Parts: sequence; C-alpha cells; structure tokens
Amino acid sequence: MSTTEPLRRRVEGGFKTLAEPWDDLETGPLGANGPRLATAIVPKSSIAGSSLIAVVAIMTFLAGLTAGAVSMVVSAASDWRSDVGHEVTIQVRPANGRDLDADTRKAADIARAAGGVADVRVYTKQESARLVEPWLGSGLSLDELPIPRMIVVRLRSGAPPDFAALRQTLAALAPSATLDDHRRWIDRMRAMAGTAVAAGIGILLLVLAVTVLSVTFATRGAMAANRPIVEVLHYVGATDAFVSSQFQRHFLILGFKGGAIGGGAAIVLFGVIQAMNAWVAGTPGADEAEALFGSFSLGAVGYLAIFAEIVLMALVTALASRLTVNRTLERVD
Amino acid sequence: MIVFENVGLRYGLGAEVLRDLTFRIDGHSFQFLTGPSGAGKTSLLRLLFLSLRPTRGLITMFDEDAATLSKDGRATLRRRIGIVFQDFRLLDHMTTYENVALPLRVLGREEATYRAEVVELLHWVGLGERIDAFPPILSGGEKQRAAIARAVIARPQLLLADEPTGNVDPNLGQRLLRLFIELNKSGTSVVIATHDIALMDEYDARRLVLHEGRLHVYD
Repeated sequence: MSTTEPLRRRVEGGFKTLAEPWDDLETGPLGANGPRLATAIVPKSSIAGSSLIAVVAIMTFLAGLTAGAVSMVVSAASDWRSDVGHEVTIQVRPANGRDLDADTRKAADIARAAGGVADVRVYTKQESARLVEPWLGSGLSLDELPIPRMIVVRLRSGAPPDFAALRQTLAALAPSATLDDHRRWIDRMRAMAGTAVAAGIGILLLVLAVTVLSVTFATRGAMAANRPIVEVLHYVGATDAFVSSQFQRHFLILGFKGGAIGGGAAIVLFGVIQAMNAWVAGTPGADEAEALFGSFSLGAVGYLAIFAEIVLMALVTALASRLTVNRTLERVD
Repeated sequence: MIVFENVGLRYGLGAEVLRDLTFRIDGHSFQFLTGPSGAGKTSLLRLLFLSLRPTRGLITMFDEDAATLSKDGRATLRRRIGIVFQDFRLLDHMTTYENVALPLRVLGREEATYRAEVVELLHWVGLGERIDAFPPILSGGEKQRAAIARAVIARPQLLLADEPTGNVDPNLGQRLLRLFIELNKSGTSVVIATHDIALMDEYDARRLVLHEGRLHVYD
C-alpha cells in the first residue's frame, strides 16, 4: 500500500465506513461556517510575550537615550572645533618706540592682503576694555595701561592662509604683532572632544551589550513557556527549519514591537527636551548650555542610530529565539 | 517495515536499558508492547519514533538505515509514524480541530484540502461536538481520542501509542482498543505500549514483552 495514499481512501468511502467505536454517541452538527483554523501555531499574546516586549522596550529606550546623547556630544564637539578653527587672532602688544594704533592698522592690512581671509575685524579700544573689564573693572582708560589690541581674522572655509608666511610678514612690518592660530587650543579641544566621543561610544557599546544579553535571556525565558509547542511540532514531523521559522517570525514581531515602543519613547523624549530648549531659548542659562552642548537637538545620525537599534533589537530577539529552538530540538531529538 | 537487529541502548555511561533487541514490525500488523514499569517500553517507543538513537545495533525503517538519516530525513520519516503520548501533548491554545489538523498544516497543505477529512475523522472518534473546544475543557477520554486522531490524520503507516488507556476507565479503554483495531484494519500497523493485562486479553494480538532490557516476542 502506498505511503502517500490517504488513510481515508484506504477504506473505500473514508472513515464513515469503518465500524464506529463511538457510533452510540451523538455527534452534533458543525456550525454554519464549520471549524476555523485561525490560531497561530505560536500564540501571539502570552504573559511571557508581554514581559519580553517590556524588557526589549526598556532596553531599547535606554540604548536610544545613550545613542542620542552620544550623537549630540559628537555634534557639539564638531561645532566647537569648527567654530574655533574658522578664525585666528592677531595680538598687537604695546612696545617702546612703537605706535600701537599704527601697528594695529598695519597688521590688519597685512591680514586683509593674505589669501584665504574672509573678514578682518579690529577690536576698538572700547571693545578691548570690555574684554578686560571682568578683571580690571569698568571705566578703564586704555591710554593709561599697556593693553594689547586684538584683531579677529575670519578664515574662508577650505582655503586657510599660509600662516608661516603671514607670521613672517607681520614680524617684518609690525614686529609687535603676533599671530595666534589657536592651534594649541584646537588640539586640546580635539583631544577633549575625542575623549568625550570615545567615552560616549564606549558607554553606548556597553548599553548595547547589556541590551542584547537582556533581550537574549528574556527571549529564552519566553521560549521556555513554548517548549511544549516545539516538542509537539517535532513529534508531528515538522522539520527544524519549519519549527524555527514559526518562532523566529513570532519573536521578530515581538522584538520589533518592543523596540518600536522603546525607541519611539526615546525619540519622543528628545523631542520634548528640544521643545523645552526652544521654549527657554534666549535666557542666559539656555545660551550657556547651548554654547557648551550645542543646539541640543537630535540630528539625522541620532535618529538613524535609534532606528538601527530598533531593528537590531528585533533581529537579536529573533536570533535568540532561533538558537533556543535549535537547542531545544537538539535535546528532544 | 521496521527491523531491529541487535539493538542496544544506554543513557550516558549507565548500564544498558535495552539489550540485543532483534525483531521486526510488519505492515498491517498489530502488537502490544508490554512489560513491568521501568522495563524500557517508552525507550523502545522512542527508538521506534526516531527520537532516540541506539548505542549499538542496526535499525532499518521503511528500508532506510536510521543511523544514516539526516535531521530532515528523520523528520520526513517521522511523518510516516503517528505517536500517541500518555500525557496527550495537545496544544492548549488550539481547538480540537486545529490540534488534529496540525500534522497536515506542518506538511504545508492548504486547509481547504483537508478540512472535510479532519472533520470526518473527528466525527469518527466521537468528537464531532467538540471540534471547536479547547483541550483544557476536554475530558481525559476526549483528549486521548483527539491525540489519537492527530496521530492518524496524516495517514501514518505505523501508529505508536504509549499507555493509551492509562488515564481512562476500563469501559473507555475498551472503546479506545476498538478504535486502534479499526485503524489497523484500515492498513496501519499498530504498537500499543501497555501493562494493562485486561486490555491485552481483549484482543488476540502479537505481544512484545520487555523484561530486564531484553525483548521476548510471542506471536
């Protein structure tokens, strides 16, 4: 007899023609629409599933906050470097036998003549007085004190002047003027920003590692409740790939739901902070915070990082479920 | 159909629980597998169901050497065998109909192609009224019949049943036996593991008796 021959066909007329052991029992009619086959093999909602969504959501939220914060630090550090690197200053010090105002004008002219310079602004005596006001007090007369004069030179982006040649020209024509290209300050700023970014990325990696581990353990916990389903599918002849796919799809959806909730909450939180920041903009505190931390807005990279985390969490959840199913099948088989 | 030659089984480094098993199960045959508790009936059923591998000996199933089968090959072969567990192993979140249809669903068949067949089988085992019931509200006998229906719905050539009457009263036990006999008449080989002497006395069939790890066959 062929193995593929349906059992009901082996007996002409199907099961009804067999002697019925339960023929003395009444069997009721089916519903108008008959039985429904709507239930997923892996139950969509379970307590373990809800717990898993909660764990994934919380961990994605924390990872999202970290990624957003790192993104803002990177952006702020870049702004600092950019702001400072786009200008140099020329300081003209008073010297015996030199006319400070004449040297200042000469130095400004030399700067204007140099290539790569966008703008030259000479600080007036009043502006210079305001610069030292915090230390020397107001109402100061610069004529009585040897206060240097400042010239701020804004550079064109991408075409910096030849600083060595500019220094030589200044030394020859205005010996009391010195050029400060902020190189030391920029180097320190770069080191500080690099340290902040590296620390942020390190924290982000740690948070991601903890998130992946938490999600993996939570997935295993949720899978433990589904072990009977794995066994039954195995016993009714399902291949390992079929069993894995059932769970992987289910847990991918759970992971994505949790990730979307957590990542969405992080994005909303950043939005609220950004709105509050805009609301208090203009106040002294907000201005200082903006100078230090940048605009406090989550850029495209920050949003992308959070979306990437949502996808990562879904994939980790699905992969963890697949590995757990495979391990369960190894034990069963 | 199935041939065991000098098959032995041990768990880990322990003593052999099954020793030198040599027997065959022919197509269309009916046999009881019996022996005292702990004699290894369930282990032998698991060997027959390919969910255990022997530590020695040769098992040939449907003309294939079981030892050389891949995982997918074992899954494919397992589809030709139906098994009824003592604890039923029905999925509580699925209706009786869905539980019984599960093996066909696993095969990738569309529901429309097997709906009538599943309903017919459920009527035949007396579960016509319980099609949309969930296992937690079924009685022990109803669960057992649902488990049997699930085991035979994919038209297996061999049906294995582990203590199918262990959780039911004698009257229901006799009814279940009649069900297995009818399935056997339809062409399915049946192996019933039981230590219910009264049940075995109900039907004159081959007996495979396990004692101290060895098998004695009484045709």
